[in-house]
Amino acid sequence: MQVNMTINGDAVSEEVEPRQLLVHFIRDQVGLTGTHWGCDTSNCGTCVVLIDGEPVKSCTTLAVMVSGHDVTTVEGLEIEGELDNVQQGFIECHGLQCGFCTPGMMLTARALLNNNPDPSEHTIREAISGQICRCTGYATIVRSIRWAADRETPVAIGSAS
Amino acid sequence: MQVPAPFEYERATSVENAIALRERLGEEARFIAGGHSLLPMMKLRLANPEYLIDINDLTELFFITEEAGEIRIGAMTRHRELLESELLAEHFPIFRDAEKVIADPVVRNRGTLGGSLCQADPSEDLSAVCAALDASCLIKSTTGERLVAMTDFHVGPYETAVGDAEMLTEIRIPLKANSGSAYEKVERRAGDWAVVSSGAAVWMDGDVIADGRVGLAAVGPNTTSIGPVSDALRGAAPSEELYQQVGEIAAANCSPQTDQRGSVAYKKHLAMELTRRSLRRAVARAQGQEA
Repeated sequence: MQVNMTINGDAVSEEVEPRQLLVHFIRDQVGLTGTHWGCDTSNCGTCVVLIDGEPVKSCTTLAVMVSGHDVTTVEGLEIEGELDNVQQGFIECHGLQCGFCTPGMMLTARALLNNNPDPSEHTIREAISGQICRCTGYATIVRSIRWAADRETPVAIGSAS
Repeated sequence: MQVPAPFEYERATSVENAIALRERLGEEARFIAGGHSLLPMMKLRLANPEYLIDINDLTELFFITEEAGEIRIGAMTRHRELLESELLAEHFPIFRDAEKVIADPVVRNRGTLGGSLCQADPSEDLSAVCAALDASCLIKSTTGERLVAMTDFHVGPYETAVGDAEMLTEIRIPLKANSGSAYEKVERRAGDWAVVSSGAAVWMDGDVIADGRVGLAAVGPNTTSIGPVSDALRGAAPSEELYQQVGEIAAANCSPQTDQRGSVAYKKHLAMELTRRSLRRAVARAQGQEA
């Protein structure tokens, strides 16, 4: 069946099987492979994308359920060649090692900062508690998000408009 | 790669439309709310519906209100709203206790109250919460609606009182004076299913417990409301001895199984200890001694 949504601001219209999961739709049909496909069981959180500004695990969401909504993937964080503060923070504070969990981590961080531009370390840890980093690099991930928070301006990327 | 078996998809536009679709499509159709219980079951081919009726557009089912001496919660209310609701926290702090330890914040953005109850997983937390609070479930069909007590809602594991042409639309919880409630859960790691959890609610009359309920999760069928516990609580004065006694009753009235989460003996011990703790906190809250 036909689905229509915006992904990173672009209108996308595609034919899908109803059973197509959002993560595979984004990666295989739309070709945005920045969204990673991990545990397939809604535990690891690397497949997180923003739907209407809120982080959602795309391995446990059907593409057809998102028709009519706004999706932001990790590719949508960078705007006109300028990295999002969260992305810059991950560079500055060594927020990634192997990089597999990074897209989900960064999108969850972006949604957190949109709602709360000055989160405590505890709040950051709570927000990313649905994401797993198997390099166990959590300390630097938290530091990266805090780095971004210190430079936060009230621009809500990916939030419902 | 886990992918559900093929199915046909319909998106409901209203409660009436959803029920009409369900009636037309029959027993092979399922409603899909947040999908965070149903889709994993479908990916494992443990559930194979021929039709999915998406009810995420039914904004009339997203609400938490106080009305007619009750708190009423729409079936599509998501975990996140249950966690953040000040109205719920004020009257039934058990909700916030439980929601803090259900899955993780991203999953809580999607999962719903109605979906959790209708999934009827014996390890699911909100069934114990709602049963402890003496909640009722409003079930609608094309011919009308009926109110089913939480204790009658679960027919068995993964089975509820909701019929093929019916829909759970709302949960109603009576507001009674001098109440306190609390939830205690032990899990292997943050966000996991419970090894065991215990929810308690009490209603005080002066220094005496007028009524009380305890619901357990993950320890077998028929534990979301344990009758002998309520019998022991009614008319009793709160004390450590009472909590111990009621904890032992709870442990005696559950039937956990040994699995990778623990042995029967360990789970029975947890049922006892967590019931003691949840009751102690529920009473303290009813007496205004603890938030």
